[in-house]
Amino acid sequence: MARIVGGIGTSHIPAIGIAMARQQCDEPYWRPFFEAYLPVRRWIESVRPTVAVVIYNDHGLNFFLDKMPTFAVGAASEYCNADEGWGLPTLMPFQGDAALSWHIIERLVAAEFDLTTCQEMKVDHGFVVPMQLMWPNATSWPVRAIPIHVNTVQHPLPSPRRCLAFGQALGKAIESWPHEERVLVLGTGGLSHQLDGQRAGFINKPFDLFCLEKIVDEPEVLANYSIRELVELAGTQGPELVQWLIMRGALGPAVRKLQSNYHVPISNTGSGMLLLEKAA
Amino acid sequence: MANAAASPGIWGTTIFDGTAAQRGYALNKMCFSFNDAANRAAFLRDEDEYCRRFGLDAAQREGVRRRDVLALIEAGGNIYYLAKLAGIFGLNVQDIGAQQTGRTVEEFRAYLRAAGD
Repeated sequence: MARIVGGIGTSHIPAIGIAMARQQCDEPYWRPFFEAYLPVRRWIESVRPTVAVVIYNDHGLNFFLDKMPTFAVGAASEYCNADEGWGLPTLMPFQGDAALSWHIIERLVAAEFDLTTCQEMKVDHGFVVPMQLMWPNATSWPVRAIPIHVNTVQHPLPSPRRCLAFGQALGKAIESWPHEERVLVLGTGGLSHQLDGQRAGFINKPFDLFCLEKIVDEPEVLANYSIRELVELAGTQGPELVQWLIMRGALGPAVRKLQSNYHVPISNTGSGMLLLEKAA
Repeated sequence: MANAAASPGIWGTTIFDGTAAQRGYALNKMCFSFNDAANRAAFLRDEDEYCRRFGLDAAQREGVRRRDVLALIEAGGNIYYLAKLAGIFGLNVQDIGAQQTGRTVEEFRAYLRAAGD
């Protein structure tokens, strides 16, 4: 049976990928951010995941506003990164696992989450930056990957409560897969940031720290927020927290926190990192 | 503005909702095309012609001409798409953050750093 080895919450902003491409990770500006990933990578080496399920939002690479699915699950055997328009280096393709994708799709739809399914799906920085953070020196990706897109671009967005429930159903779907797999779930984006408007640059450290604490043992506290409240408290891009809630939901009721980090700023963002294991 | 009414009380913040998405469709569609390097080059070759091809209205065209992010948001632009336009001019999210908040880039970076205190 497939087993979820753990979940990781991480920022996914393009500046991370650019810093890695320019080998700036050891510079004073970036060190407090990248250092936090060293124990995470050691943990990954020890649990040796075979599949990564990556929860992210597409920012206008695969989905334009002509068709914007609320939840979309990749069902391809390969996913390619591509030019997003502003110079982030394009990474090598990711191998998928179409059979596991279709199993997850079957189970999620049976649990009444009505999805969009994607047999072709370009993956943008929201997906590739976290993969690169986990496996920075990979010459081939050591896991198969399954991308799950959540609309956090065009309102109305799915509520935090709905996303936590989606994650719970996702976890059950993964663990009902009758083949040996060790699955890592990545919840990406956030934490507080606002790129647009006169309030651009808004970061809310106390709220971010509150989220990092509550998501461990009381994720339902965060599920009670409305999207509008998340915009107010965490900026226009703050609702990306819902992608962390999906990751958290997938881990089941009880988890153990192994690592966490919070650093301000990276680019315009309050960056959070959290490594969780399922508690027995 | 219906869109502003959708987010009463959040100062300096526009919710990109259905109203904005309809308002900005042509503009965002043009910016989506900038994923392709050939289209970025075509825009730089003849900006007027490129904007005409996508049917930008006068406010959108003027916002593009002035590289004015706040005006483009007002005209329905979504920040992720506007970032692709800004990228053509070598502007990153801190440059456009500075522009939108009336700060220099250095002042804007200091403002971000202060959020960590």
